[in-house]
Amino acid sequence: MTEPQTIIEKIWDQHVVRQEGGKPDLLYIDLHLVHEVTSPQAFEGLRLSGRKVRRPDLTLGTVDHNVPTTDRSLPNPDPLSAQQIEVMRKNCEEFGVPLWDIFDIRQGIVHIIGPEHGLTQPGMTIVCGDSHTSTHGAFGAIAFGIGTSEVEHVLATQTLPQLYPRTMSVEVTGELHDGVTAKDVTLAVIRETGVDGGVGHIIEYHGDVIRNLSMEGRMTVCNMTIEGGARAGLVAPDDTTFEYLKGREFAPQGEEWDRAVEEWRALATDDGATFDKYVALKGEAIAPHITWGTTPAQSIAINERVPSPEDAPTPSAKETAERSLVYMDLQAGTPIADVAIDRVFIGSCTNGRIEDLRAAAKTIEGHKVADSVGAMVVPGSGLVKQQAEEEGLDAIFKDAGFEWREAGCSMCLGMNPDILLPGERCASTSNRNFEGRQGAGGRTHLVSPQMAAAAAVAGHFVDIREFNA
Amino acid sequence: MKAVKQVQGNAFPLNRADVDTDQIIPKQFLKRIERTGYGEFAFFDWRKDDDFIINQPDYAGAPIMLAQQNFGCGSSREHAVWALDDMGIEAVIAPSFGDIFRNNSSKVGLLTIELPQEDVDYLMSRAEELPSSEIKIDLQAQTVSVGAEWTRQFEIDPFAKHRLLNGLDDIGITLENEDDISAFESERDALKPDTTPALESATKMG
Repeated sequence: MTEPQTIIEKIWDQHVVRQEGGKPDLLYIDLHLVHEVTSPQAFEGLRLSGRKVRRPDLTLGTVDHNVPTTDRSLPNPDPLSAQQIEVMRKNCEEFGVPLWDIFDIRQGIVHIIGPEHGLTQPGMTIVCGDSHTSTHGAFGAIAFGIGTSEVEHVLATQTLPQLYPRTMSVEVTGELHDGVTAKDVTLAVIRETGVDGGVGHIIEYHGDVIRNLSMEGRMTVCNMTIEGGARAGLVAPDDTTFEYLKGREFAPQGEEWDRAVEEWRALATDDGATFDKYVALKGEAIAPHITWGTTPAQSIAINERVPSPEDAPTPSAKETAERSLVYMDLQAGTPIADVAIDRVFIGSCTNGRIEDLRAAAKTIEGHKVADSVGAMVVPGSGLVKQQAEEEGLDAIFKDAGFEWREAGCSMCLGMNPDILLPGERCASTSNRNFEGRQGAGGRTHLVSPQMAAAAAVAGHFVDIREFNA
Repeated sequence: MKAVKQVQGNAFPLNRADVDTDQIIPKQFLKRIERTGYGEFAFFDWRKDDDFIINQPDYAGAPIMLAQQNFGCGSSREHAVWALDDMGIEAVIAPSFGDIFRNNSSKVGLLTIELPQEDVDYLMSRAEELPSSEIKIDLQAQTVSVGAEWTRQFEIDPFAKHRLLNGLDDIGITLENEDDISAFESERDALKPDTTPALESATKMG
């Protein structure tokens, strides 16, 4: 009888190329996603050392971080961005890596396009030079972000030396109230664990709330895993996973599909397997969340007041909270729903998928964006955009006064011209409320697509449960 | 990668928790395609404040940075490590680090040293009071010391230590085991997807 294992250990063990005392495991990588910002120095490294890309057939490139979301038939307004996109094109051509370039309908945020085409599948190891690679864990894959040196390592060897992870169980039981979304679940989890509670761990998310989320909802939860410090988080595959994958371009077909599903069903944590750390939340206790500070753990329920630094548990947390309030220009004790906003951003690898756009469109239908607010929607991929247009969502957004843009990372990190001006306050469906993340001096509040849409209409934050009523 | 054996000198007391890589190197500097030249942009927005610790002449050229927990959290951008390296930082001492940042540091040759909170607090207050006070880090012995009277041991993954001491190229080490990689590939599950069909051109926009 073998030791009971977690799904994390099972997938890990299936990918160990070499194990040697005193060294990290050498792990095989099934899929390497590459984008324009963290890869140029890696390709240059290959060139300097005369190395090739070992498995271009397990590699896919796209451009997302630094692309304009405005009319792409016009010249790129930023010469440095244009250069980076051009370098990406040349690198992919020279090394034989498939690239979904800026004019390709399949272009989009790396973490949107992998799942969308069925490239992300259960039991895989997936890496990308981007910390939100954890998104792909929604399919029951070990997926994590890496730096540029590691990108070069994977390009050259299709492997990575990795220390055996600690495991963490995050269980969300029960069910969610109306108006509470996957985004609120992930913000509640991070509020519970803190921004470093997951450091050194890979998380398995489970429990009825997780089970009942759609694949897109699970992606939202896994996406923000890194904001709690863990590099990877996953959900064991089930019928929801298989239903999503079936028929997608890169998913197994015909008889191979049946064999694959059989293999995938074995990817579950065994009874009696233990984790190194446990966190449990009740779904019923989760309210729609909003961040008030400058870390993703600094969140409250929408009907709460901005907390006082005096209530912080440690001197360091108090100091951080004080800094956050100054940066965010907020007073402790203010009801967060009273806070007026200037901008709304709907998009990103966290909430830029079709279900997110449907939810936001449903919220604003028949309403107008407040005069004081500038609002934009940036679909996560060319295909998400196309789908939304087929469903008429673009018309709903445009009629309400939203800008409707081309696909990319956009104002999630503001590498392109989509940025906040100093002092502007934004309701954002993205993943990071760090100082200056969306533009120097900009103030970011992370919320669900529904809450962002409702805030656009009201001109301030609102409790989506009351907005719906 | 450059070899690191010892680091000795004074330290910037960056007394903040959860310093994310967006602060270390903001996004507008990620458009460059080189590995060098990021030092002058490190902490770009915080440096606009004259009182910020990096702007204090007393600390100019310090090879060590002290920080609070979860240093380097957030984005995977290795540019953050390149920026610290380029501004002359050879080691960061903190109670904990972001995972990806720590990995990236070990590939570049920047030491990330975890010490208990009380030890970091001691070093922090000492550096705040006396900017010239020196810290000595010995990677071989895995020690951080102040003068002869205060020494602490730190943990480091033995393989990372070996690579850092000898400045070894990770890829070169892995490729010594190329036969193992090929053997794994020959046994690998054929059901796993390959990206070759992605080479075919798709509908163009516009």
